[in-house]
Amino acid sequence: MQEFIRHHGLVVPLNQENVDTDQIIPKQFLKSIKRTGFGPNLFDEWRYLDEGQPGQDCSQRPLNTDFILNQPQYLGASILLAQKNFGCGSSREHAPWAILEYGIRSVIAPSFADIFFNNSFKNGLLPIVLEQEKIDDLFLEAESEQGCKLDINLESQKITRADGKEYSFEVDPFRRHCLLKGLDDIGISLEDTDLIHSYEQQRRESKPWLFR
Amino acid sequence: MAGSTLYDKLWKDHLVKEREDGTALIYIDRHFLHEVTSPQAFEGLRLANRKPWRIDANLATVDHNVPTTGRDSGIEGIEDSVARLQITTLDDNCDAFGILEYKYQDAQQGIIHVIGPELGATLPGMTVVCGDSHTSTHGAFGCLAHGIGTSEVEHVLATQCLIQKKMKNMLIRIDGKLQPGVSPKDVILAVIGKIGTAGGTGHAIEFAGDVIRNMSMEGRMTVCNMAIEAGARAGMVAVDETTIEYVRGKQFAPTGPSWDAAVKTWRNLKSDPDAQFDQVVEFRAEDIRAQVTWGTSPELVVAIDERVPDPDAQQDPVTREGYKRALKYMGLEAGMLITDIKLDRIFIGSCTNSRIEDLREAAAIVKGKKVASSVKQAMVVPGSGPIKVQAEQEGLDKIFIDAGFEWREPGCSMCLAMNPDRLGAGEHCAATSNRNFESRQGPGGRTHLVSPAMAAAAGIAGHFVDLSKLEVSQ
Repeated sequence: MQEFIRHHGLVVPLNQENVDTDQIIPKQFLKSIKRTGFGPNLFDEWRYLDEGQPGQDCSQRPLNTDFILNQPQYLGASILLAQKNFGCGSSREHAPWAILEYGIRSVIAPSFADIFFNNSFKNGLLPIVLEQEKIDDLFLEAESEQGCKLDINLESQKITRADGKEYSFEVDPFRRHCLLKGLDDIGISLEDTDLIHSYEQQRRESKPWLFR
Repeated sequence: MAGSTLYDKLWKDHLVKEREDGTALIYIDRHFLHEVTSPQAFEGLRLANRKPWRIDANLATVDHNVPTTGRDSGIEGIEDSVARLQITTLDDNCDAFGILEYKYQDAQQGIIHVIGPELGATLPGMTVVCGDSHTSTHGAFGCLAHGIGTSEVEHVLATQCLIQKKMKNMLIRIDGKLQPGVSPKDVILAVIGKIGTAGGTGHAIEFAGDVIRNMSMEGRMTVCNMAIEAGARAGMVAVDETTIEYVRGKQFAPTGPSWDAAVKTWRNLKSDPDAQFDQVVEFRAEDIRAQVTWGTSPELVVAIDERVPDPDAQQDPVTREGYKRALKYMGLEAGMLITDIKLDRIFIGSCTNSRIEDLREAAAIVKGKKVASSVKQAMVVPGSGPIKVQAEQEGLDKIFIDAGFEWREPGCSMCLAMNPDRLGAGEHCAATSNRNFESRQGPGGRTHLVSPAMAAAAGIAGHFVDLSKLEVSQ
């Protein structure tokens, strides 16, 4: 997994509640058996004027210039600012894969859907929860003419604006540890192989019907 | 000390290790797999030179992108080559590792959340996970069941465990007696309408009260299925005689002395009377009416006798814009009657509502009638092979076909339109599925989530109808 220690980047503001995973990456692209190739189809329905199909050359497709990601001042953005319940809907991990491949390293929102939140950490995408007032603050800044650049520091758990204003954020210690080191958590769990075996053995004896 | 909730008990029973940082290693009893979210997990397993921890805990099927017609021509007959590759990839992975899979042409193939319980592969007290958010369905059996991403699919394959943090407890209690024509689907839609799609975020929801106790297992599965649409990864219902009778005799259910021992432990799968919940939300059954969603999120729902809401009545500016956006997408006017919404297509199916009881409910409405001429297509997609056979034995297929419905092969179908079943742009669909997101059922498609009875009635009338004013033939 790609580590996340510190990131400096431009913010793109997506001012909508309940952005669901069907919007983040529409279903026709989920037929791939690979982990890569989803970036050009991030927000496909909103980003392009035509209907997206797997395997297309997206550079030739007509862009929806009204969509925020396509607006010139937000090109190259690597931080997505969103509203409540971001990532609701399906469990598709293709959603964080697509966001990351587009070049976004962090999503900041007042709340996230549980599964999306969890999936993000597994891939080196940092979801940050901030209080609504701070989010409103950042939207004002990001939607202003000069835009908004942020420095996100996972070690100190601080976000710093260009004008020096700081916001601190909370992050689960285990997830923070894995992100900072870029750790594969399967390896961490397998350190407890003996414990898992003994739990399983005891379960096999007390509840044999759970085993075939 | 306060007693334990059902969720507390399930958590404790599956705890392998508690870590100082507040996370825990939780043992997984049952892992369901399907073609869409598993290939990258198997690939990851191979790349790391790892093997599945416990083969017999896994069960797979193909459901998301299988066509619902032309099953006889086999995998070679699937026109979409990308879908075909995903299907054969699951077959290859399951064959290579010895994982039990119900394949495309197997008699027991079906939607994973339908066949799991049907086979008795979902047993009370289990932890059940799958790379699909509607895994919450299995909570109806007193299980801790939730969706996971592909990284966690790989984690479960490799370790038989997940790293989890304990969720909070939420109780949703619905007491009283439902009005005629009000189904479990209406109950869960009404719940989502009240608490919102983020209402249950961070919580495991236990559904309780008279209404749940009097509900069949099919109904409880419908309710738990949509817990995720209320933001909760897991929904659950305590075990009672209804649960035990449903499981009895199922293919993978225990038998003989093992059955007796299992039942004894299952009877404890309920919250203690003095259990403490972090949140409690109560409903009166009598207040719940048939529900229809009007927007692009399951929380944008009203009762059948209401009108499409006015965005300008919303205080919060972001919500107001969201309402406007939803109305525009749905092609609806604020203030119009729900019963004036005309339908182009009808979809009866999905892991929410494709079980035998759902089909009976819909058939009772349809019997002896015809689909309205303004409806382009009405289809019924049974949740599994065995359900299809049972419905045919009961003559339900004939009722549907005579009325002008198409009778299809099992799969997820038009719930998410990964297969050829989909809406055209701008078309309104009465769907018994679970998500009305933009383009969910096909690019530009407009979904209205409803119960099987409402979908059936809308198919006959061509628009939504107040079921309480409808005569139903039994």
